[in-house]
Amino acid sequence: MSNKICWLLPLMLSISAVANAFAPTTAGAETLSRQRKVELTNLVRHDCGSCHGMTLKGGLGSPLLPEIMATYDADVLTEIILEGVPGTPMPPWRELLTIEETQWVVEQLQTGAHKRGNF
Amino acid sequence: MVKRRTLLKSITGGFTAAAFSTPALVRDVEAAEAPELRGTGDLGVIVERASGSVQIVETTTHTSLARISGLGDLSHASLVFSRDERFAFVFARDGGLSKIDLLTHRLVKRVVQAGNSIGGAISDDGSLLAVSNYKPGGVNIFNSQTLEPIATIAAGFGSNNDLSKTVGLVDAPGGRFVFTLYDAGEIWIADCSKCLAGGKPELTKLRDIGLLPYDALISGDGRYYIAGLFGEDGMALVDLWADKPVAKRILNGYGRGEKTLPVYKMPHLEGWAQAGDGFYLPAVGHHEVLSVNARTFSQDNTIKVHGQPVFVMARPDGRQIWVNFAHPRNDTIQVIDVPTGKIIKQLKPGKAILHMEFTARGDQVWVSVRDENRIDVYDPRTITRIASLQAQAPSGIFFTWRAGRIGL
Repeated sequence: MSNKICWLLPLMLSISAVANAFAPTTAGAETLSRQRKVELTNLVRHDCGSCHGMTLKGGLGSPLLPEIMATYDADVLTEIILEGVPGTPMPPWRELLTIEETQWVVEQLQTGAHKRGNF
Repeated sequence: MVKRRTLLKSITGGFTAAAFSTPALVRDVEAAEAPELRGTGDLGVIVERASGSVQIVETTTHTSLARISGLGDLSHASLVFSRDERFAFVFARDGGLSKIDLLTHRLVKRVVQAGNSIGGAISDDGSLLAVSNYKPGGVNIFNSQTLEPIATIAAGFGSNNDLSKTVGLVDAPGGRFVFTLYDAGEIWIADCSKCLAGGKPELTKLRDIGLLPYDALISGDGRYYIAGLFGEDGMALVDLWADKPVAKRILNGYGRGEKTLPVYKMPHLEGWAQAGDGFYLPAVGHHEVLSVNARTFSQDNTIKVHGQPVFVMARPDGRQIWVNFAHPRNDTIQVIDVPTGKIIKQLKPGKAILHMEFTARGDQVWVSVRDENRIDVYDPRTITRIASLQAQAPSGIFFTWRAGRIGL
C-alpha cells in the first residue's frame, strides 16, 4: 500500500475543471445574518480547524492560508467544501452548510479575513 | 518574627514551631516565599485552546489555582507529566514544547521544536520526551530536565523518502516510543533506552499496516498497540511482547454493509478503555461504540450511540463508559453501563463537549464545554453535576495520575 496521500487541492484542481459548471459564481453573502457569520467563523476555526489547524496552517489536512487559497478558483473551493474529497478524510459539508454560506466561507478564506479579526 | 511564625505554622499544618526551629529552614522558606506545602496528586491541567493558556486546577475542592499564558497555539494540544508529578510538559500545535511547574505556577522553559505538531509522550523512566510532528514529519526526542534535543527520527518512507506526518505517539516499557506514519501506513517502534547516553534510537518498522492510520493507543500493560484506520474499516494491532512484532489486522469491516457517514471530526484513541472482559473503541463514520474482546480482539458487541464517537473513556473501575461525539452532535455525552451494554444516561451540558477526564479512582469526571467556556464536574456514580469552573474555550483535561500510567 504505502501510497502517499496527495493532499486534496492539487488533486481536485485537475478534476474540477469538469465540475466547474456546478456552483454559481456570485457570493451572495449579503443575506447572511451577523449571527450566522459568527457561527460560521466559529465553525471554520474550530471544526475545520480540527484537521486544518485552528490557525489554518494545516494539520492532518492541508493548510488553508489565504496566499494558498487565493490561487484557487472560488467555485472549486466551494465545491470541495460542499462535496468533500472521496478517498481522503475531507467530508462533504452539504448537510451542514448552504451554497451561500459556503461561498461566504470561501471568500473569507481567500481574503484572509480571519486575520483581520472579523472571521 | 511574627511573619516567621505564621509561615512555619502554615507549612507545618499547626505543628509547634519548636519542632522546626532550625534557622536554616526558616531562612529558606522566607527567601523563597514558598506557598503552603502541598502534594500534586489532586492537581490537573486544563488546556484553553484558543488563548494559548492553561489552567492549573485542583480536584479535591474543584478550584482553579492559576493560569499560565504564552504557550502558543494550543488547539489540539496535549500534555504529559513528569514522573514526580510536579511538572507538566505541554505539546502545542505550533511545535512549542513547554515545561510548567505545577507548584510554583511558572513556565519553566519553552522551546519551539518543529513547525506543526501533534502530541507527545514521556519515557517510562521519565528522562525523555518525544514529540510527534506533522511538519517536518517525524518524532523529536528531548531531555525532560533541560528540554535540550537528544535525537530526531525523520519519518521518511517510500522510494522518495518523503516525510510522513506522525500520529499516535505513545511510550512503551523499556525506554521505547511507538508511533504511526499517517501518510505511509506504517508503525515504528523506537527503542530510545540508550539515547540519553548518546546512542541513536533503534527503529523497528512495520509496513503496510492499513490505509490512513489516524491515531493509536497502547494497552494499560504496555503490551498491545492499536492504530485506528481512517481509510478502511478495521484496526492494526501490534503485540509488543513478540520477538519480532508484526501488525495484524483486527475488526476487519466492522461497518460492513452500512454506509459510512461523513466524518466531521476524527475520533481520538486515548487510553485503554478496558471494562470487564472487553475494551471499547470509537467506530469511524458510524454512530457506534465497538466492544472488543480483550483476549481475542474480536468484536463482542456494537453499541448504537447518539453520533460518531470522539472519546470513549472508561471510568477507572470499568463500570461505565462515557462517550462524546463529533460535530454537529457534539453537545451530548452518553453514559454506557458496562454489564448491560445499555445507555443509562444522556447529558446535554452545552455546545462542543471536547474532552472528559476521570480522577484517578473515578469519584469525579471533568468535562470541557468549549463553546460555553466552562468545565463541568460530575459525580459519575449519580451522574449529576457537582461543580463548574470558568475556562476559555477549554479542550483537553489532564490529571496528574497519568504520570504513573503507561501510554498516557
